[in-house]
Amino acid sequence: MIPTLDDAHATIRRGLLITALALAGVGAVIVMALWMTPTEVRQGLAQKIFYLHAPSAWAGLLAFSLTGITGGLYLWLRDPRLDLFSEASAEVGLVFGVIVLTTGPIWGKPIWGTWWTWDARLTLTLFLFFLFVGYMALRNALSDPAERARFSAVVGILGLLLVPFVHLSVYMFRTLHPQPVLLKPSAPSMDPRMLRTLLTSVGVFTLLYIGFVTTRYGLSLRREARGVADGD
Amino acid sequence: MTTPPPATLPHLQARGIERRFGSARVLRGVDLTVRAGQLHVIAGPNGAGKTTLLRILAGLSRPSAGTVQVFGHGLREHPEHRREMGLLSHQSLLYDDLTPLENLTFAARLYDLPDPETAARAGLERVGLAHRADDPVRRLSRGMIQRVAIARALLHQPRIMLFDEPFTGLDAPSAARVLEVLRGQLAAGAALLVVTHNLAEVWPIASWVSVLVGGRWVIDEPRPDDREAFLTRLHEALGD
Amino acid sequence: MTETLRLAVVLAAKDLRVERRSRTALVSAVVFAALVLVIFNFARDPATVTAKMLAPSVLWVTFTFASMLTFNRAFSLEKENAAIDGLLLSPMPRGALFLGKYLANLAFVGTVQAVTLPLFVLFFNVGLGQALGGLLLTIVLATIGFVAIGTVFSAMVVRTRFADLMLPMLLLPFLVPPVMGAVAVTTRLLSGRPLSEQMAWLRFLGVYDVVFLTICAMVFPAIFDE
Repeated sequence: MIPTLDDAHATIRRGLLITALALAGVGAVIVMALWMTPTEVRQGLAQKIFYLHAPSAWAGLLAFSLTGITGGLYLWLRDPRLDLFSEASAEVGLVFGVIVLTTGPIWGKPIWGTWWTWDARLTLTLFLFFLFVGYMALRNALSDPAERARFSAVVGILGLLLVPFVHLSVYMFRTLHPQPVLLKPSAPSMDPRMLRTLLTSVGVFTLLYIGFVTTRYGLSLRREARGVADGD
Repeated sequence: MTTPPPATLPHLQARGIERRFGSARVLRGVDLTVRAGQLHVIAGPNGAGKTTLLRILAGLSRPSAGTVQVFGHGLREHPEHRREMGLLSHQSLLYDDLTPLENLTFAARLYDLPDPETAARAGLERVGLAHRADDPVRRLSRGMIQRVAIARALLHQPRIMLFDEPFTGLDAPSAARVLEVLRGQLAAGAALLVVTHNLAEVWPIASWVSVLVGGRWVIDEPRPDDREAFLTRLHEALGD
Repeated sequence: MTETLRLAVVLAAKDLRVERRSRTALVSAVVFAALVLVIFNFARDPATVTAKMLAPSVLWVTFTFASMLTFNRAFSLEKENAAIDGLLLSPMPRGALFLGKYLANLAFVGTVQAVTLPLFVLFFNVGLGQALGGLLLTIVLATIGFVAIGTVFSAMVVRTRFADLMLPMLLLPFLVPPVMGAVAVTTRLLSGRPLSEQMAWLRFLGVYDVVFLTICAMVFPAIFDE
């Protein structure tokens, strides 16, 4: 039940390895996007940002879902490692969220003339960002580890449930309130090479999530293992 | 001090209580038995786990391992047995904006006592506060607040009473009052558990003494007759 | 089940009695609501933005923020003198604790809304007329879910040092979907559209309520299950 220092180091090493592979994959995706995928006619070269931007949002959502799910499992099984994973996933998700929210506007402004659009992807990521921040703030405000684990799990579960409602309400808001159509990096039509690049990128970012979270989880395990060595 | 023959189930029994989270171990295998008419004292330095243990025994926390049984029933499986327990803490558990009567009536309703208001008035009579029944608790003196807290704790006639640092910050008359409650409850056949720094106060009426250090008993035995010798051993155990 | 209900009512009644005696949360919330309405009235250029355009948003922003002020009361009341231990030690099931606090919170939020709505009609010169029934239904549907979430979060944040800051931080994301729906329906009702056209959003609010009320009731015991 208490992690050993060796377990922790092994986990960190595995995490770093996966992260390195994934980063190489990101490089490959960039290559694919620039040279092996046709350019979308209307939006031009800038549209290719989409192949990094959308999968980041996906990774953020994945991170958040796992935070919520492992939180729920913690309440049921009370295994502290589930809570450590939940926390790791939240931190990683926060990073992906920040990536999406900063790259979106930075590329959007010069090309489409607007910093922000309330489209489904950006809006949902903004919500996830706030939920992550709330989750981390609550954790930091609680000192008892068992209480922190339980309360974080509650926030994680409720937050996860919120996601479909946010998505649905944004959809209803937009269909029932027609908005001006803004050009933004979006999934263009069916060209199979575009789909191939997109799917590859989703796979790479999933791997990147796994790498980050494994490393972060390993760091938590190491902290726990060291706690045993120093304390008792 | 003779222990009565264990003919019946003990009022309160804990076995193998552990409490840990990750690498932090607060309680490491604690056993405890309290029977009718016994007063079990738990002492120990701060941070040793006394409060955690008390909360587990009261059913307020769940242990990582081990069982707690009230008359042979686990509290989680049989929450109705909570009514056998009472708690007197250094905190009053009262609502300052309500009157003693309102506080006790509320407690009576919580415990589903027949005719709650009558029970509340009777409780106040017993502690001599019937004349202040309608003054918000906020306006009472500390001694009076303590008396209301005692009335509240005893209202549902619990057979197991837990005392959490009951003498902390009390003046002599208030401390004497607590001692009186302890004696009265023992005479009535209740099982008492007292967590305290203040061994001297309860020494004469204690049946069993346990000292918790680092989550384990370092002393766990019937209360000896020689207090001085015991205190010497206690200081050694605490490494003073 | 009936025992849970009985205890919940006993608990809620006690909370209401305490509030009547101390009058802290309710008065602050009502005064706050009135002030927000006043500020909104002056925080616009009457030449370009009519009261009517702004009214639905103002109503719901006011309801939301004023209601949030009442949530922390429920459990900070129990923190004084460790009264919560008295509740947890008693045979009261944790479900009754949730239900009791939830009912008390509904009563407080309902009171705030009951005072705010007439003030809103007065300050913004809004003709309710036909829309009143639909509006009341919308208010009920938009409130049930978020009060449940507020009850759960307030039980947790009261254990932190900055409960009054933490609560909005956690709760506001959860308020966006119901407020979106509520504003959409309110806007249309005030423009004279019939209630029958608002079913999509009303169903949305209803599902939100059922889902969150259920899940909140299910996770609430874990907060006190140390």
